[in-house]
Amino acid sequence: MSGHSTYQPQNKFLQWFEKRLPIGGLIHSSFVAYPTPRNLNYLWTFGGILTFMLGVQIVTGIMLAMHYTPHADFAFKSVETIMRDVNFGWLLRYLHANGASMFFFAVYIHMFRGIYYGSYKEPREVLWILGVIIYLLMMATGFMGYVLVWGQMSFWAATVITNLFSAIPGVGDTIVTWLWGGYAVGNPTLNRFYSLHYLLPFVIAGVVVLHVWALHVAGQNNPTGIEPASDKDTVPFTPYATIKDSFYMAVFCIVFAWFVFYIPNFLGHADNYIPANPAVTPAEIVPEWYYLPFYAILRSIPDKLAGVIALFSSILVLAFIPWLDTSRVRSARYRPLFKQFFWLWVIACVGLGWLGSKQPEGIYVILSRVFTVYYFAFFLIIMPLLGIFEKTRPVPNSISDSVLGAKA
Amino acid sequence: MTTVSSAEHTRRDFLYIATGAVGAVGVAATLVPLIAQMNPDASTIAAGAPIEVDLGPIADGQIIKVFWRSKPIFIFHRTKKDIEEAQKVNVASLPDPQPDSARVKPGHDQWLVLIGICTHLGCIPLAHQGEYDGWFCPCHGSQYDTSGRIRKGPAPKSLFLPPYKFVSDTKIHIG
Repeated sequence: MSGHSTYQPQNKFLQWFEKRLPIGGLIHSSFVAYPTPRNLNYLWTFGGILTFMLGVQIVTGIMLAMHYTPHADFAFKSVETIMRDVNFGWLLRYLHANGASMFFFAVYIHMFRGIYYGSYKEPREVLWILGVIIYLLMMATGFMGYVLVWGQMSFWAATVITNLFSAIPGVGDTIVTWLWGGYAVGNPTLNRFYSLHYLLPFVIAGVVVLHVWALHVAGQNNPTGIEPASDKDTVPFTPYATIKDSFYMAVFCIVFAWFVFYIPNFLGHADNYIPANPAVTPAEIVPEWYYLPFYAILRSIPDKLAGVIALFSSILVLAFIPWLDTSRVRSARYRPLFKQFFWLWVIACVGLGWLGSKQPEGIYVILSRVFTVYYFAFFLIIMPLLGIFEKTRPVPNSISDSVLGAKA
Repeated sequence: MTTVSSAEHTRRDFLYIATGAVGAVGVAATLVPLIAQMNPDASTIAAGAPIEVDLGPIADGQIIKVFWRSKPIFIFHRTKKDIEEAQKVNVASLPDPQPDSARVKPGHDQWLVLIGICTHLGCIPLAHQGEYDGWFCPCHGSQYDTSGRIRKGPAPKSLFLPPYKFVSDTKIHIG
């Protein structure tokens, strides 16, 4: 992105504007002429899909905010008013709630892609860490958004998650009281969660800008893990990546629409249609599906503080994998052992997700512990050791060789 | 973009135009609910349902205020003097010419039902004030007579009539 762009506007007005604010050139060099590896597969379309979903969540959220009342006595009713009285209110609500699930689904695919192909490795370490930051912000935003409904699950999820901080020795209780704004989760908590829930998506948008910027400095990774060496290895972003992104965005939207119009409450929990009751805790408290793996990790550790540390560590460890993975080869395509351990790790993640929805007893606890151990071992033991001991397959000479066959 | 001989249209051109057209329809379809959601919702519309007002308790010369669709409605039980003043005026000389008979229901001259919002910029005029024994708007000085017609001041129109009818001699249905 440094240096002069090749953008030459034909229109006189655009030439005048370009001299004063070269946004045309910026868009042209970043999204039109930008050299993109020619061998990207559909997993690379999820970045665009995520940006689209952020836009969907912001737009539907702002529309919902026109009708929502962030007061403990009125919040639940205002959501039902949106569903029943507001024109297309049901659509806005279901788009926003299922949109959050689709947002997380896309982010997990995006992250799995990054780990499989080594997109976190040098020189993309900062890009990866920005991604972890975006993920953390998404989790905070999603959690607070769910609380706003002020159903039974909202209230008790807020109680459980804010109580996590009481595990901190010494200052824990002070912090929790500070978070609550009272002696328990209540109206002050709801109000501040509303404010922050409105704010954080824009913070996410800002970090996304940095994320795309960092990406464009290094260029995209690709399935071979080797950098483009010549013009033969790349194609211009427009029309190739633009069209590919648009196509898979449409496929994604079909899945999204399937949930919104046919099974809009499938991913939710029925208990959240019961107004919050501070006197009665539901028989089972579960978070939304996208937090279940971490919930399972939290509950698998018998000690309160250790469980909380494990929970936060399971996300923070992601930030360190550019340095934990010692392999010189980027892509799992050429790392046969890493590939197997990776898929076992994916099974562990999905398994932890399933276990998070179960009551913490019997075989479920045992399995949670096994999977938790493997989850951490993958990052802390396997990644560092494989780099030293793994016999990798030979990496192709260039991207175009791998795509076109070594004829050119 | 990759260049193409300008003489013939290729399949790619067709695909671009077709995709663009479908995309444009999609964008328009998406905008419909986003814009429609700002219109009054069903509960607001339900709250705007017609009301019935009992005229019995309203004394001679008294003006009461009720709310319908969040708007103030003046109900004026006019005295004989008020009615005479309203009917005597030369209609052609009025800024917004209207005979008094057009502003009341036949056979119910003593009942004046008006939307109590100044037609200038929306303040609520004060009753029994001004030079014309009607209303005086304190915001910019518009003055209305005993028929609620504008006489003086910046307001362009007379006070508007809400839709209403007499259910009986002592009850009206507004809306």
